[in-house]
Amino acid sequence: MSNEHTPLLEIRNIKKDFFGNQVLTDINFRLEEGQVLGFCGENGAGKSTLMKILFGMDVIRETGGYEGDILLNGQKVTFNSPFDAIAAGIGMVHQEFSLIPGFTATENILLDREPQKKSVISEIFGNRLNTLDRKEMSVRAEKAIDRMGVRIDPKMVVNEMPVGHKQFTEIARELSKDQLKLLILDEPTAVLTEKEAEALLDSIRGMASRGIAVIFITHRLHEILSVCDNVVVMRDGFVVKDVPAKDTNVEEITRWMVGRSVENAGSDSASVTDAGSDSRETIMKIEKLWVDMPGETVRNVNLEVKKGEILGIGGLAGQGKLGIPNGVMGLYEAGGKVTFDGKEIPLNSPRKCLDASLAFVSEDRRGVGLLLDESLEWNVAFPAMQIQNKFLKNYLGGLIKWRDEKAIHEVTQKYIDELQIRCTSSRQSAKELSGGNQQKVCLAKAFALEPKFLFVSEPTRGIDVGAKALVLNALKKFNRESGVTVVMISSELEELRQVCDRIAIVSGGKIAGILPAASPSEEFGMLMVSNVK
Amino acid sequence: MEETKTKTFRDRIASFVESFGVPRLIIAGFLLALFIAAPFVGADLPTQISNTINRFCWNGILVLAMVPMVHSGCGLNFGLPLGIISGLLGATLSIELGFTGALSFFAAIVISTPFALILGAGYGWLLNKIKGGEMMIATYVGFSSVSFMCMMWLLLPYHSPNMVWGLSGKGLRTTISLEGYYNQALSGFLRIQIGNFSIPTGALLFFAFMAFCMWAFLHTKTGTAMTAVGSNPSFARAAGINVNKIRMLSVIMSTWLGAVGILVYEQGFGFIQLYMAPFYMALPAVSAILIGGASVNKATIMNVIIGTILFQGIVTMTPTVMNNVIHMDMSEVIRIIASQGMILYALTRKSEGGKS
Amino acid sequence: MSNENATTKGNVLQTGQQKKKGNSLLNLLASNTVPIMFIIICAVCIPISGFSPAYLINEILTRMGRNTFLILALLIPIMAGMGLNFGMTLGAMAAEIGLIFVSDWQIYGIPGMVLAMIISIPISMLLGLICGKILNAAKGREMVASYIISFFINGIYQLIVLYMMGSIIPIKHTTVKLPRGYGIRNTVSLLNMRQKLDDLLAINVKGVKIPVATFIVIGLLCLFIVWFRKTKLGQDMRAVGQDMEVARDAGIDVERTRIISILMSTVIAGFGMVIYLQNMGNLSTYSSHSQIGMFAIAALLVGGASVDKASIGNVFLGVTLFHLMFIVAPSAGAKITGDSMIGEYFRVFVSYAVITIALIMYETKKRREKSQMAELLAAEQEADA
Repeated sequence: MSNEHTPLLEIRNIKKDFFGNQVLTDINFRLEEGQVLGFCGENGAGKSTLMKILFGMDVIRETGGYEGDILLNGQKVTFNSPFDAIAAGIGMVHQEFSLIPGFTATENILLDREPQKKSVISEIFGNRLNTLDRKEMSVRAEKAIDRMGVRIDPKMVVNEMPVGHKQFTEIARELSKDQLKLLILDEPTAVLTEKEAEALLDSIRGMASRGIAVIFITHRLHEILSVCDNVVVMRDGFVVKDVPAKDTNVEEITRWMVGRSVENAGSDSASVTDAGSDSRETIMKIEKLWVDMPGETVRNVNLEVKKGEILGIGGLAGQGKLGIPNGVMGLYEAGGKVTFDGKEIPLNSPRKCLDASLAFVSEDRRGVGLLLDESLEWNVAFPAMQIQNKFLKNYLGGLIKWRDEKAIHEVTQKYIDELQIRCTSSRQSAKELSGGNQQKVCLAKAFALEPKFLFVSEPTRGIDVGAKALVLNALKKFNRESGVTVVMISSELEELRQVCDRIAIVSGGKIAGILPAASPSEEFGMLMVSNVK
Repeated sequence: MEETKTKTFRDRIASFVESFGVPRLIIAGFLLALFIAAPFVGADLPTQISNTINRFCWNGILVLAMVPMVHSGCGLNFGLPLGIISGLLGATLSIELGFTGALSFFAAIVISTPFALILGAGYGWLLNKIKGGEMMIATYVGFSSVSFMCMMWLLLPYHSPNMVWGLSGKGLRTTISLEGYYNQALSGFLRIQIGNFSIPTGALLFFAFMAFCMWAFLHTKTGTAMTAVGSNPSFARAAGINVNKIRMLSVIMSTWLGAVGILVYEQGFGFIQLYMAPFYMALPAVSAILIGGASVNKATIMNVIIGTILFQGIVTMTPTVMNNVIHMDMSEVIRIIASQGMILYALTRKSEGGKS
Repeated sequence: MSNENATTKGNVLQTGQQKKKGNSLLNLLASNTVPIMFIIICAVCIPISGFSPAYLINEILTRMGRNTFLILALLIPIMAGMGLNFGMTLGAMAAEIGLIFVSDWQIYGIPGMVLAMIISIPISMLLGLICGKILNAAKGREMVASYIISFFINGIYQLIVLYMMGSIIPIKHTTVKLPRGYGIRNTVSLLNMRQKLDDLLAINVKGVKIPVATFIVIGLLCLFIVWFRKTKLGQDMRAVGQDMEVARDAGIDVERTRIISILMSTVIAGFGMVIYLQNMGNLSTYSSHSQIGMFAIAALLVGGASVDKASIGNVFLGVTLFHLMFIVAPSAGAKITGDSMIGEYFRVFVSYAVITIALIMYETKKRREKSQMAELLAAEQEADA
């Protein structure tokens, strides 16, 4: 590689923070015409943010822009919207489909770029009254499908297509753009069958041979090795490795993806409880659990939780770790058998779970966790009031159950002090608090139930460092002092290793393995990508 | 220093306008202007005020009927005619069964209750099937049931000579006088009369009692659950609440209050109106509670009281005052524009709180 | 994010298709419940009513000519995903204002109609623009909002017609004006416009009058709609109607497209109202428009349309069945119960019930589609084990 040669794309010193939270630091890489670049890294490593910057997405601008330069053919470019990026020849296929369900493949491929015929009427009333040139449309769609190299029926309506074909329709749409020079594929093979994935890899090779550069993001490492020229591995917002694909292997990449220094993990607590954990009695036994949670499907999970431990559940996003607590607690439709404390707990009934002294802090803070419009008092006291008849005054022999505002105020004040919730008063409405303080309110709500068993889902998502430490310590304290069994679900492996005794890794909707928290990161990493589909 | 002071004052005014809503301010200001103008154009203020109070008493409970469903997140009860029909059934059956005087009023409430419970339960079951589309379907459930009852009023075997058509001897009349039955049953009770100024004490007390019951209910465990369901159904579900059951309860309550509300209206008005009369009765109640400061998913007893006073104040004041000022009776038009405008305004506000 | 979900969705789809083939007949019946119900009602009522076929055909043709144009106005907003446009009443009001002026200026016959239509265009466009803007602010509640808009604008219409016409807006003729000097009379006679379009080129076949010119106008509108679907704007509307976010990402101006669809609907409804009133021969100033939206929507739904899908075929089937019921129900009702009012109320009830059922079916369908995954996962696990 000589320095005089200008590459198609060059990324120079890209930095990005979200409100002081550094998510990308000094990203540098280059991409030549017709090259395929593989991108991998754990969730939260910064891949998506980087792609959003590259594609000019609105979120980036709304959160204060980015530092560093993007050079296309040696020219510095700034994209104010995805449309600028598209005009400059960048195409992106997102993880979520962006297709009109009732349109055919052809119509979707050429959406808003349909070839048109002018008529007398459109001369007078403007171009939007041009008629569509259906013939030309099918010609162009056919051409794009040919370029892709995978056959799909251009006349098939999207909502009758198998998922793979939807993915190919999206790719064909990008390929139908004449100016396309760089195509970003964000986990395109995740929804494909093995055969389709193979076809896609062939098609990527085909595109590359026609001079289109491809950025290929995937968790399936063998695909990267088979199709890419270079592999970029990201971790914690840094590019940790940029090597030719032929010089590396799956094990090496996995180690780079998760390989952090092990010293701060496997803390004191872990080693203490480690020894005894096997001899403890099982408090919850999950058998053959399936959960229909969109995007987090769980299949056939078997898991035993020991009394008094903190069990971590980790894994990549979309693999089903969030489905487990949501399914057990009855928030999403589930099947299988869950036994708690010797008794079977009926699924699909949140009430029965709460009656059995289980509690759940949801990952969806604003959607499920809080009454945003109501006061902190209501938020903290509500479940305990409804489930356990706490904070109520009985009149007429229990016929009238009156809200005891004083008791509610007291308990809320207690948790405000204990968890250091920053608010103007216990009557402030929940939506006015910051994310971290809202999370503490969610914890207080669960604590007020005085449960025997607590599920905590993504307790540190989107909150700042100080609040993070406080939340994790509160959980630990709750576990140690009240003897409550805690199952904590988190995408951040490091966090799990700090807090938990054992960590189960979910991959492909199943438990891939359970390891003591002190196990080396590589082992966790291998489990994470083991069943990825 | 002074500059900052005025600035904060202005900010406070701005935020007050923001939270209160421009249309609401216009309506309140308009009513105030009417009251100020009334003496100058020769309208008799005491009469006007007693009229307003009277109409407040007639309509208050119909507006109160909006509260439970707004709290449980079912939105504005455009299906109020269903409750009104239960009330009409109670009223006509009470007369048919031979009750007279004030007793017939309470008999009507008792008789209408099972109808309200059954219709409300069916209506609630339906609304649970179509979460998210409640308001439009509620409107048409109301319309369908009113037009269905039009047939029933003709076909049901009523015999009381005070109610059926004189010639054919069957089929109910469109308006039935309550003279000798429960005309002024509440309003006449302990009425205070000072010159032109009169206060229907009984009716006021009855409204106060119902409003207190509603206020108290919202402070109980179940009432708290109802508010939470409306505020964020996902939260309530995760807290073990049976969301459908609570919504059903709110619909039944709303329907029953609609039934009682129409009976109270009739005792003040003096007539039972059948056939197409209940058709548009939901709209004034809906706009009244919105004028009082409620939104599609939040409402308090205070909203009910303020809203009913403002709305009924405009209804009673505009004809006389406007007539005297510009010699045109534009009250009907103003009422339509103000009330529908208010509903439109509320519908275009983004509803806050949990996703449903 | 949605990897797993998406894979299973694919499977659902395939199994769904297999199922579909199995009970396609049942599906066909289920998706056409309303028209089938109406065919049964009509089949029962026609013999009882005792009307002659010639009379019925004559009536149906008259009513078809009178109403079809109005119903067609509903198609475009449905295409743009805005549901049933209860705000079509706005167009009707614009047309009525046009007709009031034309009668005041004493312009008769076809020229009067054309002029009324021309006057209605800018008013319709203004009202459509307002309506579209409001509906954009009330996304997800379009139908109930458009329904309230029709009431709101009705208030403003009354303000203008009842108070401003004759006092601020010059109206000369006493046949139009109220005796008090301002405001328009309750009924405005359109006698010299009455059925002028219907009689133009009319053919009489064995006592059945066919209003050819009216049908030609309706045919032209159908052609326009067919053509419009093929334009870029039509395609954009379909895209917006199915998924606003995707359409926006693709570069379509969603808000503007939605406003245009309401605007077109309002203008077409205005023309439709002129045709409707020339057939009736007089204008009830304060009530003609109020039921128009309801009857047009009921007729469309009777033809098998739903809130998110409607075709020209639905319009014609609907107008035939609905008005057949309308003609025969009162007399059939009178024969059965001995009370003529029963049938009147029955047809009103049926109109509302049809709309109610269609709305309920639309909402339940939306929810059912979401909850098919679970069965599949359970089945899959069975297979695993």
